[in-house]
Amino acid sequence: MSFLKISNLSVDYKMRRETVHAAKNVNIEVSKGEILGLVGESGSGKSTVGNAIINLIDEPGKVSNGTIFLGDINVHKDPENIVNYRGNKIGLIFQDPQTSLNPIFTIGEQLIETIQTHLNLRLEEAKNKAIDLLKEVGIKDAEVRFNNYPHQFSGGMRQRVVISLALCCEPELLIADEPTTALDVSIQSQILDLIKRLTKERNLAVILITHDMGVISETTDRVAVMKNGDLVEIGPTKEILTNPKEIYTKSLVSSVPPTNKKIDRFIIIEKENKKQSETNIKILNRWTKKEIINQDLVQVKHLSKTFNDSFFTESSKNSVMAVDDVSFKIKEGQSFGLVGESGSGKSTIAKMIVNLFRPSKGDIFFDNVCITKIKSNKEMMKFRKQIQMIFQDPYSSLNGRLKVKDIVAEPIKLHNPSISLKDLNSYINDLLESVELTQQSADRYPHEFSGGQRQRISIARALATQPRLLICDEPTSALDVSIQAQILNLLKDLQEQLNLTILFISHDLPVVRQMCDRIAVLKNGKLCEVSKTEELFKNPSHEYTEELLRLMPKIESIYKL
Amino acid sequence: MDNKFQNTWERIKESDVYFSFIKSPTAIISSVILFIIFFCSFFIEFLSPYDPFDPSTLSLMEAFTPPSWTEEGVAKFILGTDGQGRDMLSTILYGSRISLIVGFSAIIFSLVLGVFLGLTSGYFGGKYEMIVMRLTDVQLTVPSILMALLVDGIARGIISRELHDEMAIYVLIFAIGISEWPQFARVSRAATLVEKNKDYVSASTIIGVSNILIMFKHILPNIMRPVLVIGTIGLALAIIAESTLSFLGVGVPPTTPSLGTLIRLGNDFLFSGEWWITFFPAIFLVILAFSINLLGDWMRDTLNPKIN
Repeated sequence: MSFLKISNLSVDYKMRRETVHAAKNVNIEVSKGEILGLVGESGSGKSTVGNAIINLIDEPGKVSNGTIFLGDINVHKDPENIVNYRGNKIGLIFQDPQTSLNPIFTIGEQLIETIQTHLNLRLEEAKNKAIDLLKEVGIKDAEVRFNNYPHQFSGGMRQRVVISLALCCEPELLIADEPTTALDVSIQSQILDLIKRLTKERNLAVILITHDMGVISETTDRVAVMKNGDLVEIGPTKEILTNPKEIYTKSLVSSVPPTNKKIDRFIIIEKENKKQSETNIKILNRWTKKEIINQDLVQVKHLSKTFNDSFFTESSKNSVMAVDDVSFKIKEGQSFGLVGESGSGKSTIAKMIVNLFRPSKGDIFFDNVCITKIKSNKEMMKFRKQIQMIFQDPYSSLNGRLKVKDIVAEPIKLHNPSISLKDLNSYINDLLESVELTQQSADRYPHEFSGGQRQRISIARALATQPRLLICDEPTSALDVSIQAQILNLLKDLQEQLNLTILFISHDLPVVRQMCDRIAVLKNGKLCEVSKTEELFKNPSHEYTEELLRLMPKIESIYKL
Repeated sequence: MDNKFQNTWERIKESDVYFSFIKSPTAIISSVILFIIFFCSFFIEFLSPYDPFDPSTLSLMEAFTPPSWTEEGVAKFILGTDGQGRDMLSTILYGSRISLIVGFSAIIFSLVLGVFLGLTSGYFGGKYEMIVMRLTDVQLTVPSILMALLVDGIARGIISRELHDEMAIYVLIFAIGISEWPQFARVSRAATLVEKNKDYVSASTIIGVSNILIMFKHILPNIMRPVLVIGTIGLALAIIAESTLSFLGVGVPPTTPSLGTLIRLGNDFLFSGEWWITFFPAIFLVILAFSINLLGDWMRDTLNPKIN
């Protein structure tokens, strides 16, 4: 007998121009002791369903149809009553542990407040219960930590506190909305294990909302796939992932980078009828192609960077060592991966190579010239042309006040001021077509494009100067998995045909495996190991690499069950 | 050309700003009032049968005529006349033109100065930023009226007496402008600090775009929203400041009266019962400043990315 029963749920948002159907006739059932994964790309309505269960749909959204039964209570029948179930019967875990705790109260106060709101307990009893809960979610020295403020906990610990808050009043249903998206891989696996354990121990019904197929395959019993508000497919996780019936599910599964092997290209299922052709790179005949000589294009030697946080004193106490004595070499025509968790200094290294930061110590050689010692602007321009970068956030990397053609034209005009208008326009068109955008895009503004398309514009801009080295700083981490597959395909094609050297920075090991020939692993600014991709994945030499590989969520793990 | 214009109009109609404008009665009412005031002030020569600055058309016999709806009122002077027999309504509109010119010029002056200093100091940082920001702190500690009085005093010392009345309006613009720039500098510096850390600025740097081009082509258009909001509210403040200074007698001379001058002149007659001479310019000033402020508030709510 299912505990939560959602039937024919529809949620509409009445917007200025149209009504957005965030959920259309969704039917989902969840039993106790079961984890249901709710997966979909951004805008698919997965969070809307979660919010509808606790009646947290914001204006102008409205539940237009359908019922939600929790046991034998109809949730929407009596909206005033929802306060009694929220927290009491339903516990919630949000994405960002930084903002879901109130920073001015100790976690003890927050726990006691929640417990006393819902359960009729005296202060002493509530306190004991709170400490028990903290112990249950795996916080050491719970009696001491009880009196700490949220900022004294790390991200993972804070998410544990959030979970203990959600468990305060013995809920029977737990809704976790992207509970690990803001966390690093090693912490993610701990939190997922905790949720799994609690589900068994407390016999909870759990809805896990996520976009990460790896998390789904490792954690959930059943999975529901959503797209544009429609429930595409629902069934046991293993069945859905290994033998998807709907085309959308198929394309979603095939877009996920496999962790156990290197594939040539991602198969884009939506293009099934078309030939799986490579990108037609139109700028090829303009490109002054460099012969690949067997040489190191980039050499990083004993690079260090300290950030001085002190304003009044020059004490070294306040300085942060972001990069600590890192050395590596990138061969021309290769793609080199830089992997690490947040704060490992990988972006700082990239910014030093493009000369946005000056290194505190050490040198960077490009084509056997030391670029960190160049003083004159004119000298620097030669190298600016050859090193270009693609950024993580497609929304902040384009100036919203300029048209696409002006964005792409800027580097061309700067490095070739004598170019004629006709030539310029045809160059822009070729560039846009090379990144699979239409010529009509040139006259539009960035806000008219989706995240993936913006990233393509970024790539076009970076290619405009005909660089030899392209630095990609987490180019796909803000994108949905199917878009990620397309962008990665594009980058591969560009690299092959233009003989580009790529420095690929990512926290996502499966993606790096697909993209790179050699990989460097960073931890807290220090280099752990550099080795060939296949070697690193088969037998890592450093224990940190080993840990990362063990903990990363693997979509293939579903086959082993 | 026609087509291009049409496209722009289509884009405006599609935009969220236009949508929020037609949904806000306050914004519509205040902009209609402002439009009427602007229109009447700048085309007063064609609208009014009187010229208050031509002494030959004035008749002292008609002085102190009360508003037309009172017992002694005359239909041809709707809001009555002042001590020299000038028609109040025409004089107010002529006066508001001067107030608006002074207000706009002063605010544009302080906007250009403040945004330039704020943008450059936010972008370059370091010692230059320190100096500029401390300068704004000092400027903010001096009350703007005092600052304006100081400028006026110095100007009186430098400029000869004959020239003084002619130059008065420029002195006033400079005095108000110089006391309003710190808020523009602060707002644009804060916005620049946010913008310069965005990736599009890094991307331009990596391409090799020069600092000046990055500042004025890339960052400046992106920080204009908050600056324009401050500018609108600042406009009301500038107009009030102009009136205050003129009321105190350091502003524009009585021969070409602004709203503040009119209020001061009327003030002398207040206790002898001729209330309309000071009342109508004052009420006009209130409506003008209030409408600008309401429009500014609407702009702040609409253009603020945090609220949307």
